[in-house]
Amino acid sequence: MRKRFSPDTMFEFAVGAVAFTGVILLAVLLLGELVLGAMPSIKTFGVGFLFETTWDPVFEKFGALAFIYGTLLSSFLAMLIGVPLSLGIAIYLAEVASSNVRTLISPVIELMAAIPSVIIGLWGIFVFAPFMRDYIATPLAKYLGFLPFFSGPAFGLSFLTAGFILAFMIIPIVSSITREALLAVPVLQKEGALALGATRWEMIVMTVLPYSRAAIFGAVIIGLGRAIGETMAVTMVIGNTPQLAASLLAPGYSMAAVIANEFTEATGDLYLSALIEIGLILFIISILVNASSRLLVWRYFEVRDSK
Amino acid sequence: MQEAKETSVKISVEGLNAWFNTNQVLKDISMDIAEKRITAIIGPSGCGKSTFVRCLNRMHEVVPKARVTGRVLLDGEDIYSADVDPVDIRRRVGMVFQKPNPFPTMSVYDNVAAGLRLMGVRDRARLDRVVKKSLEMSALWDEVKGELNKSGASLSGGQQQRLCIARALAVEPEVILMDEPCSALDPIATAKIEDLIAELKKDYTVIIVTHNMQQAARVSDYTAFFFLGELIEYEATRELFESPADKRTEDYITGRFG
Ligand SMILES: Nc1ncnc2c1ncn2[C@@H]1O[C@H](COP(=O)(O)OP(=O)(O)OP(=O)(O)O)[C@@H](O)[C@H]1O
Ligand SMILES: [Mg+2]
Repeated sequence: MRKRFSPDTMFEFAVGAVAFTGVILLAVLLLGELVLGAMPSIKTFGVGFLFETTWDPVFEKFGALAFIYGTLLSSFLAMLIGVPLSLGIAIYLAEVASSNVRTLISPVIELMAAIPSVIIGLWGIFVFAPFMRDYIATPLAKYLGFLPFFSGPAFGLSFLTAGFILAFMIIPIVSSITREALLAVPVLQKEGALALGATRWEMIVMTVLPYSRAAIFGAVIIGLGRAIGETMAVTMVIGNTPQLAASLLAPGYSMAAVIANEFTEATGDLYLSALIEIGLILFIISILVNASSRLLVWRYFEVRDSK
Repeated sequence: MQEAKETSVKISVEGLNAWFNTNQVLKDISMDIAEKRITAIIGPSGCGKSTFVRCLNRMHEVVPKARVTGRVLLDGEDIYSADVDPVDIRRRVGMVFQKPNPFPTMSVYDNVAAGLRLMGVRDRARLDRVVKKSLEMSALWDEVKGELNKSGASLSGGQQQRLCIARALAVEPEVILMDEPCSALDPIATAKIEDLIAELKKDYTVIIVTHNMQQAARVSDYTAFFFLGELIEYEATRELFESPADKRTEDYITGRFG
């Protein structure tokens, strides 16, 4: 009895309650505000808004599909490129590099996360996009053009370029969290594998990665969240063309980018409301991604330690 | 050491020194370990018992900044010579750790089969057979036979330790190092493990670290007493316990310190 009401627990409870209700309140207020702002658009276009690709401010015909497609596709590409690289970096730093190399390189990679995204966007426009066009997109279109996702003319500003830029932006966080997770694997687990005659690589596959899978998955989801919400850098390299192109080498648009680009110049009420509805969709997608991944971690990935 | 002459030497340790960074924890250890016999290592906490057995399968060098000098001959060949791959040594010299360390993401079955799979065995029937046999030997089969698919980490501490013993046995090493295998076990499980160890001697060379003097006396053929990183006395078990030659050995086994 006494323990239940000790100052410590009371304090913990009070702080927890304040933080929790605060966060929930904020989320609900935000959601309410978005729904309210999106109402005219929701009333006008209904569910069709989600499946319509036209985005025509002049005739006030709006649909979100091209933007949803662009966000999901560029984020997916970012994961496809960024996650294996992040894992590779993390495994190298945690398991292969000497501790000197690790202490030297780890902060440098983390520092990459501090580069403002507009700077990355500028670098994307002036350096990476031309490079992409000349050395990656053009050869891909030429030799693999028979595949639908490399078909058509090769642009410098495209889904694929956005995917690469996003991959570059998620690597610091994903690789750092993964690295820390790998470093936290108990020595006894690793030695258990080695003592069975595992090589270092076999040890990594056998126990290090499975043991830290929940944290790695969490890191990937944080990266995905970043990719979905990233605005500035994507706006600068995706080409800002609302279309459902199958080709990764074609320009596209993303939800965050269209909001950033057009919010200030949105003239009509319906135009503004449609942009807010896109914001609402972005918000819901982000929450869904996070919530479902949290659930997955709890349900399937959590590793119960021995003892 | 008379009995030792009846059997051949499996491991011969010559002038072994071991360090953690600059801290020397083993000092000039030399001893022969008899094939298909049980050798117990006893001594007070921190005297280097674990370090010693870890030098016999090249696990000591896994610790950052740890270092070994001297020779360890396994069947006459130095396991520390430059052309020897530690991975091969660890397959021949298996090990059970002081604390149970099953792989928590693997099932009971997969834990036991892990070593064989590393060796490339894919044949399901053979895996089944070895898993069953190993679990029977480690006296765990009856308790887990219905739930081989549940996580290795869901077992009790004592069951986990027997799972680790089964995992080590499954690859049929020539030598088995056991670092206090019974420290997490209740008396019944301990008795089962001691029976197992006695059984193992038919086919394996066993080296067991123990804090429990009765256990050393019960199960081992030879006993080595370590103290502050030095090998103080190494004799046939009965002799060491009945008439220790060194004062420190006597003090330790009569419980005057440690
Ligand atoms: N990972 C390590 N890093 C640095 N020093 C270590 C490490 N492990 C052990 N030591 C040191 O080496 C010495 C010998 O340790 P060891 O574990 O071999 O003793 P032990 O006889 O097995 O003890 P116990 O009976 O408590 O298991 C101790 O003084 C300990 O402090
Ligand atoms: Mg020990």
